[in-house]
Amino acid sequence: MTILEFSLLVWAGSLIAGFLGALTGLGGGVVLVPMLSLLLGVDIRYAIGASLVSVIATSSGAAAAYVKEGFSNIRIGMFLEIATTLGALLGATLATRISSSAIAIVFGLVLIGSAYLSRKPRSKNEGEIPPDPLATKLRLNGSFPDVDGIRSYNVQRVPLGWTLMFGAGTLSGLLGIGSGAMKVLAMDQAMKIPFKVSTTTSNFMIGVTAAASAGVYLARGYIDPGLSMPVMLGVLAGSLLGTRVLVKAETKWLRRVFSIVIVVLGIEMLYKGLSGRI
Amino acid sequence: MARDRGWTDRRMDLVIGNLLRSGVVLSALIVLFGAVIYLVRHGHSPTEYRVFRGEPSDLRSVRGILRDALALRGRGIIQLGLLFLIATPVARVAFSIFGFAEEHDRMYVVVASIVLLVLAYSLIGSAWSA
Repeated sequence: MTILEFSLLVWAGSLIAGFLGALTGLGGGVVLVPMLSLLLGVDIRYAIGASLVSVIATSSGAAAAYVKEGFSNIRIGMFLEIATTLGALLGATLATRISSSAIAIVFGLVLIGSAYLSRKPRSKNEGEIPPDPLATKLRLNGSFPDVDGIRSYNVQRVPLGWTLMFGAGTLSGLLGIGSGAMKVLAMDQAMKIPFKVSTTTSNFMIGVTAAASAGVYLARGYIDPGLSMPVMLGVLAGSLLGTRVLVKAETKWLRRVFSIVIVVLGIEMLYKGLSGRI
Repeated sequence: MARDRGWTDRRMDLVIGNLLRSGVVLSALIVLFGAVIYLVRHGHSPTEYRVFRGEPSDLRSVRGILRDALALRGRGIIQLGLLFLIATPVARVAFSIFGFAEEHDRMYVVVASIVLLVLAYSLIGSAWSA
């Protein structure tokens, strides 16, 4: 395969991954690395480096649109970014120390886990919970525009959320994914932050988290311009297209199909990792 | 208090949103420009990504990337675009520090500074000197 053919193929694949990722809210990063390493035979370390770059692009590209809606909470995001960036540094350092097979095994488990998380119904976090003293001290409680006026919310279990965020950051740095599913889990389930606020704030945090590990990847020579170029341009175009279509599309069956694809890729990664063929 | 916190937060959100979008657009354009040069010059060579060798040292550091990009090497220009992309969320955090300072929110000036320090440790600590 020539570089031109390869670039076009990777661009088209990344476009589809970014499109489906935005449409289903599951993110394109989770399928990118399996696609590059399983289907195109790219070394998993190059694949992770390229995926990390595309994660920054989609997160930052979508932020402008999210910000207008006024859901994201800048203080929650900033406070939890201490945890995710520290985790990302740890994850990126781990990635340079452990074998490709071990990375593939962790990746497989995370894929299966995130498909499971995406099937869980979103919780209804109502604002009646009394304020948590730590959250009040950190000024994390906020409000957002809901269908029937401004709704305020009180953030709960800050230490648990912070710890989960550290884990999400570690996975992001180790696997080159946004780990949005785990970030939303930490905010929505543990900290009882309303779902819309959780998802938009999580999107904000993804770019900063990925930037923390990108430095380590760049210095280690894991970010290849020839591979990252079609991945970044493809994912960016795909996700922008996806957010445009999102408003009109019926995504329920699409989410189901996409989570099946993710599980299949997860099993394949797990198998390749366990048999040492990656 | 003359300044309404909610309103200033909102304005900060909007400026940050635009900052992020401009950063992405700028880096995508640089990457695209590099891609054209790279594909025109090397498009017909065979690919090799199966075996991991790691990037040559000039594509691993800020100084090396700048040198390659100024020499109009396709891969160097793409890497420069990626560097801009990585810098975009960092700029966002740096801007937030000013935003919080304007709101006299000392606690969050500290919080944002810690995040910026971690990012600086990762980016300057590894990418500049390596």
